[in-house]
Amino acid sequence: FQYCLSGHPTLPCNVLKFKSTTIMLDCGLDMTSTLNFLPLPLVQSPRLSKLPGWVLKDGSTFLDKELKECSGHVFVDSVPEFCLPETELLDLSTVDVILISNYHCMMALPYITEYTGFTGTVYATEPTVQIGRLLMEELVNSIERVPKAQSASMWKNKEVQRLLPAPLKDAVEVSMWRKCYTMPEVNAALSKIQLVGYSQKIELFGAVQVTPLSSGYALGSSNWIIQSHYEKVSYVSGSSLLTTHPQPMDQASLKNSDVLILTGLTQIPTANPDGMVGEFCSNLAMTVRNGGNVLVPCYPSGVIYDLLECLYQYIDSAGLSSVPFYFISPVANSSLEFSQIFAEWLCHNKQTKVYLPEPPFPHAELIQTNKLKHYPSIHGDFSNDFKQPCVVFTGHPSLRFGDVVHFMELWGKSSLNTVIFTEPDFSYLDALAPYQPLAMKCVYCPIDTRLNFIQVSKLLKEVQPLHVVCPEQYTQPPPTQSHRTDLMIDCQPPPMSYHRAEVLTLPYKRRYEKIEIMPDVSNA
Amino acid sequence: MPEIKVTPLGAGQDVGRSCILVSIAGKNVMLDCGMHMGYNDDRRFPDFSYITQNGRLTDFLDCVIISHFHLDHCGALPFFSEMVGYDGPIYMTHPTKAICPILLEDYRKITVDKKGETNFFTSQMIKDCMKKVVAVHLHQTVQVDEELEIKAYYAGHVLGAAMFQIKVGCESVVYTGDYNMTPDRHLGAAWIDKCRPDLLITESTYATTIRDSKRCRERDFLKKVHETVERGGKVLIPVFALGRAQELCILLETFWERMNLKAPIYFSTGLTEKANHYYKLFITWTNQKIRKTFVQRNMFEFKHIKAFDRAFADNPGPMVVFATPGMLHAGQSLQIFRKWAGNEKNMVIMPGYCVQGTVGHKILSGQRKLEMEGRQILEVKMQVEYMSFSAHADAKGIMQLIRQAEPRNVLLVHGEAKKMEFLKQKIEQEFHVNCYMPANGETTTIFTNPSIPVDISLGLLKRETAIGPLPDVRKPKLMHGTLIMKDNSFRLVSPEQALKELGLAEHQLRFTCRVHIQDPRKEHETALRVYNHLKGILKDYSVQHLPDGSITVESILIQATAHSEDQGTKVLLVSWTYQDEELGSYLTSLLKKGLPPSTS
Repeated sequence: FQYCLSGHPTLPCNVLKFKSTTIMLDCGLDMTSTLNFLPLPLVQSPRLSKLPGWVLKDGSTFLDKELKECSGHVFVDSVPEFCLPETELLDLSTVDVILISNYHCMMALPYITEYTGFTGTVYATEPTVQIGRLLMEELVNSIERVPKAQSASMWKNKEVQRLLPAPLKDAVEVSMWRKCYTMPEVNAALSKIQLVGYSQKIELFGAVQVTPLSSGYALGSSNWIIQSHYEKVSYVSGSSLLTTHPQPMDQASLKNSDVLILTGLTQIPTANPDGMVGEFCSNLAMTVRNGGNVLVPCYPSGVIYDLLECLYQYIDSAGLSSVPFYFISPVANSSLEFSQIFAEWLCHNKQTKVYLPEPPFPHAELIQTNKLKHYPSIHGDFSNDFKQPCVVFTGHPSLRFGDVVHFMELWGKSSLNTVIFTEPDFSYLDALAPYQPLAMKCVYCPIDTRLNFIQVSKLLKEVQPLHVVCPEQYTQPPPTQSHRTDLMIDCQPPPMSYHRAEVLTLPYKRRYEKIEIMPDVSNA
Repeated sequence: MPEIKVTPLGAGQDVGRSCILVSIAGKNVMLDCGMHMGYNDDRRFPDFSYITQNGRLTDFLDCVIISHFHLDHCGALPFFSEMVGYDGPIYMTHPTKAICPILLEDYRKITVDKKGETNFFTSQMIKDCMKKVVAVHLHQTVQVDEELEIKAYYAGHVLGAAMFQIKVGCESVVYTGDYNMTPDRHLGAAWIDKCRPDLLITESTYATTIRDSKRCRERDFLKKVHETVERGGKVLIPVFALGRAQELCILLETFWERMNLKAPIYFSTGLTEKANHYYKLFITWTNQKIRKTFVQRNMFEFKHIKAFDRAFADNPGPMVVFATPGMLHAGQSLQIFRKWAGNEKNMVIMPGYCVQGTVGHKILSGQRKLEMEGRQILEVKMQVEYMSFSAHADAKGIMQLIRQAEPRNVLLVHGEAKKMEFLKQKIEQEFHVNCYMPANGETTTIFTNPSIPVDISLGLLKRETAIGPLPDVRKPKLMHGTLIMKDNSFRLVSPEQALKELGLAEHQLRFTCRVHIQDPRKEHETALRVYNHLKGILKDYSVQHLPDGSITVESILIQATAHSEDQGTKVLLVSWTYQDEELGSYLTSLLKKGLPPSTS
């Protein structure tokens, strides 16, 4: 059986019952819910504090403390909250193990391990855990450093929610939304993780064997094989066939699967990552040449390594060598350092560099030559060193919390500046909504290296699973491009689809089981 | 009977030139390919002609595994692969793959450029050899071919050192390489799961030593260095570029910092900086503490330790010098030693094991007059100290590893025969397993008793477990099925399925037994008596009286007929199929005992 606990196709959370073992596959945290909230400013923002309260059509004002209006959009004035995976569909204390495929897909882990009576083990690779910890640390830090007196809850009342404008009206299960976890909870959750390596066979209760395989998407990212002697379920989540920094995807080991669960495909199927990187560089160069600043809202790990590598090759030829690059995050230093020590998880080219021995990523040199500087926050050293025009990499990509909020307020009024969106997780228009009206230029260069539909159909032809299971979003063209029938999974037999809170019976059939005969019997 | 054969080509009752051949379930694996520091002739490399006299080694070996980068474990590799000829896979961990070629090149330079030897492997050969290397992750199961798989475990001896499990089907061997069971200043402790191999091949360098606490040794070391420096003497510490060197550097660095000492510390050879860089990049292979703090402070960036220049050796005043190689058999450490040996104020500290034949071994065994090249006699007046900092498991550690892995047999290598003998007895006493210690070229054969994996059809399994009482771990249970051996696979299926698959018609084998009973009554009355009797005894079985007068117990048929001659005797025909043999013969013997007196 498969229980689907998250409706988000790239931040999955499924539970598989297989041979009396209950296995949770990923626990992604849907953070798009934060887009409904007002940003958390690091310094008092007169603009945000002067926003008018929202008034109902009939003139009643009882919600004007909780909801504020900005350029026609309504936002909740409260600590941002996240949409958790379903916790009611099955008793989560019965989950035996959790398999994590990459650091983006573990952000709900503390909610599961600390609140549900979970007593099992979590399996993940070392880079996944280390970088996952950094992402969580950054998240907790950026929310906790801006204490908010008010915690809005009236709007969540079902009767009230009905009266609100979209998208608040249509938000699902708002009563289940939760505030961010704390660092002690993060540490407790991470202490339940057991580290594993690629192609390591892990026995679960002697009944099931699970194996992580390289998925090519991020440092330490993995797909999982869940098998008994005669059934094989492949869980493909966030895979990439592009050559960026991680070890290439292991496709061969996915062959002969009875069932292949396919999640984490690209969120921007129409954009070519290489082209986007080119556009990113040229927009950045243009803005800086005109004396403007560039803001890149990003996660502290992942694509940023590739962007820095591109810039390393690009800045001299583009005459940008005197422009300072700033990377601001409470975990910036750790992220840059950690990236250099995972040689074994990197692509071949980077591994060869480590053998020399040289740091695998060129951002080491950018730091050494003072072209790239990193700071834990805008406070402290940064305010002394800060020179404009410059390029700033900082989080969070939702533009609702973190140092990025400050730069949006600071640079938003000038059309010389540009904000370049590279992370594909949030709609950039929604992210910008509470900052409108905005004079700053906005460029959308989403870089999503995960599999696109052409690569998926090639992959499926190659590994030939008997059945494919995927989120329902992948079985139809995207709602905004309903004519693009090429933007869906096409395979035979047609994939079985699932949606949030659905239980699916997976089609596998066993005919044999393994036993052992003692040698004495065979001699007789 | 299946067997595992082990032949050491090196490291059999000896330290150095580690090279062990293992044959397991038709697969041949070579473990390590080292050189011997004590020899300069043919004996420095293993004798590969043992594997084959002519033809390439590739045909005889399925794979080669290198446990770590020390030359006594990998020094013969380019000779083996490029000069003798081997093109198969060579497995080692990532750090070993990174560092190994550098030490090999260093070794080649000393041998060819300094000693002027010819017919030695070249730089190009080292490169070609390294192309055949496949890097493995810890705990990754590497499928060498369809049957043979290997898996690396952390060994803690030096950066990237690993133990390897070699497995074919149910049979397995674990080779430890060199390992350390106690975490030190920069590495963690060796670890293995309870994998219960048929054979554990373990090193036994410190087979009889139980070392005192690490802290005492460290304090001793620092005290000696400090005293010598205080009285204006020079301290020479011969080390290998990677391994103990980093450990002792961390130790001295923190001590100098704490005591605010000014005497210079040097590290010879250009390798150092490079070496420390490897430690920084492979920091995930070091111990917990270093890994946790590396973002704030990298332990491998030293403040007090500077690069050494040859001219410094003649400088007046105190100093501490780390110089390579570690056994004083060649190179810079030997040069400095010759310069300083005459002065009793100076001190040489040997922090590791020295192989027989090396200068290090000679001075440690008390020799004070050394014959150097050109019949020159060198008198050693400087103080000679030995301090075991080499990261090998001691006797306690070896026993601990055996306890962890629970092998069925143990084989000792990489140690001295006398000490091995002692450890062997201890292992046999404590664990009640066989322990072997073959010499070089001697083959040890171990018999294994692997169980046979069989596929059972799920239908049969369900049917057979449904019959009778619920399964109970304490009670054995009989199961009927047909074993089909076809295409090298074994399947246990129901007889019907087997017949169908093989296209055979079913033949039934039936037994019929006559039992005579004295009973003058009519046949159907006798039958009724038999029925009542059996019904009373066989409570758990289905006993039926059919309308035609016959009785069935499960599928066994009983009929009563009159004796043709004697009316007072009735004949019971008991008939059963071969499958019901057990119940059938039981019933027969039961009926032979007669019927109880009739109550009617």
